[in-house]
Amino acid sequence: MADTAGTVSASELQAPALLPPRPRLRQLVGDRTALAGLVILVLMYTAALAAPLIAPQDPNEQDVVNRYAPVSFEHPLGTDNLGRDELSRLLYGARVSLFTALGVGVAILAIGIVVGSIAGFAGGFVDGLLMRIVDVLLAFPSLLLALAITGMLGPGLLHLMIGMVAVWWTDYARMMRGLVLSMRERPFVESARAVGLPGPLVAARHVLPNIVGPVIVLGTVQTGRLLLALSALSFLGLGVQPPTSEWGAMLSEGQQYLASAPQLMVYPGIAITIAALGFNLLGDGLRDVLDPTMEH
Amino acid sequence: MASYIARRVAYLIPIWLGITVLAFLISTLAPGDPARIYFQRTHGRQPSQQELQIVRDRFNLDKPVVEQYVSWLSGAVRGDLGVSFTTGKPVLDELLLRFPATLTLAFWATVVTVVIAIPIGILAAIKRNSVLDQVTRAMSMLGASIPSFWLALLLIILFSVKLQWLPASGQQGWESLILPALALGLGDAAVVARLTRSSLLEILNEDYVKTARAKGLSEGRIMIRHILRNGMAAVVTQIGLAFGFLLAYSAIVEVIFVWPGIGRLAVDAIGQRDYTMIQGFVVFAGSIFVLINLAVDLFYMWLDPRVTLGGQGAVAG
Repeated sequence: MADTAGTVSASELQAPALLPPRPRLRQLVGDRTALAGLVILVLMYTAALAAPLIAPQDPNEQDVVNRYAPVSFEHPLGTDNLGRDELSRLLYGARVSLFTALGVGVAILAIGIVVGSIAGFAGGFVDGLLMRIVDVLLAFPSLLLALAITGMLGPGLLHLMIGMVAVWWTDYARMMRGLVLSMRERPFVESARAVGLPGPLVAARHVLPNIVGPVIVLGTVQTGRLLLALSALSFLGLGVQPPTSEWGAMLSEGQQYLASAPQLMVYPGIAITIAALGFNLLGDGLRDVLDPTMEH
Repeated sequence: MASYIARRVAYLIPIWLGITVLAFLISTLAPGDPARIYFQRTHGRQPSQQELQIVRDRFNLDKPVVEQYVSWLSGAVRGDLGVSFTTGKPVLDELLLRFPATLTLAFWATVVTVVIAIPIGILAAIKRNSVLDQVTRAMSMLGASIPSFWLALLLIILFSVKLQWLPASGQQGWESLILPALALGLGDAAVVARLTRSSLLEILNEDYVKTARAKGLSEGRIMIRHILRNGMAAVVTQIGLAFGFLLAYSAIVEVIFVWPGIGRLAVDAIGQRDYTMIQGFVVFAGSIFVLINLAVDLFYMWLDPRVTLGGQGAVAG
């Protein structure tokens, strides 16, 4: 192989049709599951961004006279235990919940790609060391470890994000390493190396574009999991502190009035479930479109 | 086989050491002077310099971190995880005292999962693309999206507050177990039902099933003799792994139902910044989790001796 590779023309190296073709938007929209997930997420993220424009009230404005107000034109979802507008708190809470999950998702993706690529390309001792670290982190349920780290650092959104990033990058790293290793053996990569292209260029031009699909699928599902974990940890009081609203924190506050005002428990939970459902539907649909070989 | 088991067990040692390093590092993340915090906690006043020194000496807090770790580790391997920063009692004793409650909860949650998921998964596989199959698919998608702690709260609202059938907290016999076990088990049921369905579908297309059918065996016999026996390996593995996660994820459900397990102990310890307890909990939970994964691996190998004995793949998970 290697001795004939030198004669392979550059144009042939450019066309490695080995993995499923790149995603087409049309294909994605054609998959009803993916489309449903996409619509849910676009609507929710848009609503979160537009919270200052569309929220009927200031989310932190208390109105003690109107506590537990029923549904009305002024308060479309009623008010909470301090007379704050429930819908406004949900909308502002969406900003924290949705964008924290996304932020953590992007951070762990970046770390995972870097660590996984280093391990995959370097091999040997570096690979062994990095993968043992991954093994140790995976020897724990992530939620528990994030709980312990955040608990030690002390409550607060930043600490919570640090705790989550510290434990959740492992899936990406392992996946990335596996993909890099399998790519290294592919003929078009071997050819590219054989014609003398430098390693990083081979990685950027030939390997990375082919692993975008699986990474996007994992990323979508993973972000949904992060949202659930985030709400759980902030339900335990480790995330944002009052009076800032966040879905998990709203559930935590509402729990105290569970018997008298169960509706306060219902809305934030529905919001979390719908958002997580959006990620899961999109991830499921994307898997069908992007990566038909992946186990269902 | 024996050499595989030996290798698999030997592999646990570096992982376990890694866990102890991690537990130790986590406890150094805490801001503030642990000696001062310990003294204030136990004596209710500010310590003098001399008193601070006594506490530091007692817990080796003046020594370099590596030395602290080594002395802590040498205790840990002998089952001494130090004393709680809040109660002054040995950490391991407290964990062992609370562990049975968590174990009970995880066991019954698994029962909930199995009883609901397996029959539904089998039916969905047999009646593929039927309404039931579609509903199962939708439910499993929903099950993966509902936060289990929210489900717990909804169950309390329905069964404790509205209907008043079951207690919302405490440990008053089997009635107290139902809601937390449901809250924990239902989410996994969704996943396991889907897995049961897909692994059975895979086997339904195998040649030996077609052969059995061609031989004229009854469908029921084919199901039991050929399909279930071969299809359950993946499912059992999943349930075993889920059991490990249950032990961990029960923390929040334990808090909600005021269930006296190790999860709630850990959350309380975090609230009180009880460093030694958190440290001990991380080591304890990590050890249990690793052992469960080992058991699952060995069981899987016993079910299916063809499993490759390669390093990475076999140990993954």
